[in-house]
Amino acid sequence: MSTRRAAYEARQRRRANMIAGVSTFGVLALLLVLVPLAPGWQAVKASFFDGDVFLRTFPGLLQAFVLDVAIFAWSVPLIFALGLAIALARGARNPALFPLRIFGAVYVDLFRGIPVVLLVYLVGFGIPGLGLPRPWNSPYIWGTVALVLTYSAYVAEVLRSGIESIHASQRNAAICLGLSERDTMRHVILPQAIRRVVPANMNMLVALQKDVALLSFIGPVEILRQAGIYKSLLANFTPYVAAAIIFLCVTVPATRYADYLLNKDRNARS
Amino acid sequence: MPDPRLELRGVTKSFDDVQVLRGIDMAIGQGEMVCLIGASGSGKSTLLRCMNGLEPVDDGQVLLDGVDIAEPGFDLAPIRQRIGIVFQSFNLFPHMTAFDNVCLAPRRVLGETDGALHPRVEALFERFGLASHMRKYPDQLSGGQQQRVAVIRALAMAPQTMLFDEITSALDPELVGEVLDVLRALRDEGMTMVLATHEMGFARELADRVCFMDQGVIAEEGPPEAIFSNPKADRTRQFLASILR
Repeated sequence: MSTRRAAYEARQRRRANMIAGVSTFGVLALLLVLVPLAPGWQAVKASFFDGDVFLRTFPGLLQAFVLDVAIFAWSVPLIFALGLAIALARGARNPALFPLRIFGAVYVDLFRGIPVVLLVYLVGFGIPGLGLPRPWNSPYIWGTVALVLTYSAYVAEVLRSGIESIHASQRNAAICLGLSERDTMRHVILPQAIRRVVPANMNMLVALQKDVALLSFIGPVEILRQAGIYKSLLANFTPYVAAAIIFLCVTVPATRYADYLLNKDRNARS
Repeated sequence: MPDPRLELRGVTKSFDDVQVLRGIDMAIGQGEMVCLIGASGSGKSTLLRCMNGLEPVDDGQVLLDGVDIAEPGFDLAPIRQRIGIVFQSFNLFPHMTAFDNVCLAPRRVLGETDGALHPRVEALFERFGLASHMRKYPDQLSGGQQQRVAVIRALAMAPQTMLFDEITSALDPELVGEVLDVLRALRDEGMTMVLATHEMGFARELADRVCFMDQGVIAEEGPPEAIFSNPKADRTRQFLASILR
């Protein structure tokens, strides 16, 4: 029933699959044989891959991960609101708004230029140090603020690139219909720009979810901190491996989804 | 001619070092249809874009109903409701349905409520044979349909003058007719229109006046019969010979 071409391609595919299978199997087998031969393998296995410790600490780690998710969840809307405001400020053309433009440029330079962990330390320890009353001295709040500052600077740049990628003819068409600059931005440019940078922003969210763990350095008992506590308690590194697995369960699907969106977008426009 | 609807006096325009318009004088009367013809780069599109202030002119006057809209600093927003423009590349908003493309400006600029606006817009789609397509997105429409939506979008602002910038040039040949039919309908109801076009047959059939542009000036103008059958200027003859071959 199949054409000569289809038969040939099926044969080629079978061959390629077989080669890929054999080579993958070979590499895996080699790893399984070679790694245990390393002199320190028994010690590493005992301290990183202890099944008992894994089972005992996993529920506690999962519970601590809820705090990571919570911090993530309430920083995302703030990041996008602030990122959008900064992106629009940087694009302001009105001379009266020139200070806003400068502010936007300085903001982006500043918060993109400082390592996240450093900003978490500076904001998370520095601002509560001002002697604010409870609950405003919580490192939980100020650590999150540090994340929001950094990530909104990145998101602002992504959005700005999206806005600039919309062809001038769209703006011309809107202006010629009599729409104001403001309405043109709000109804014509921004909806298209935001859609175009969804994949880039998805990647940003994956990075943010991981960086929430940096708050462990200043206090909140989130998953990394909890893993550290278990490590000290049980004198075993397995909780770190468990924490890594929990992160992967969230970030791998999210990254795949971002890639899927990116591909879909590319196909739609070509 | 009675008071012209649109009048240009000594309009010049340069992009960097290139002088695109070198002193254009023309007047377009109420209900008149003027076709601009000429080679690519002769300044037709730029002239149209100067007529609604999309491109600021360097010098000269653009008088709309006697008011100079080329005055530097003049607020063009209210003027743009009175001059509609349709572009070669449609420029529909891709994230909105055809219907929403048309409704956006009347809603935001004229402040029309949906109650009054929707029946009016539906009637426009009906009239141009697109009623069954108005809920579709631009990428679900053919080029000809998209261009007709672009015309409807401009008409929904109830302009008194319409500018058309080579609106059939980006279309497949079999789709040109349906767009020209729309122009014919507008001509019949007495819309004041200026077209930059390569559709010589159409210009000859319907234009009141044809202006041949060459190197930023109007090299020759007159009724279509005179221009096409008996051109006076050498440049016009050469141009017509090159395209009618």
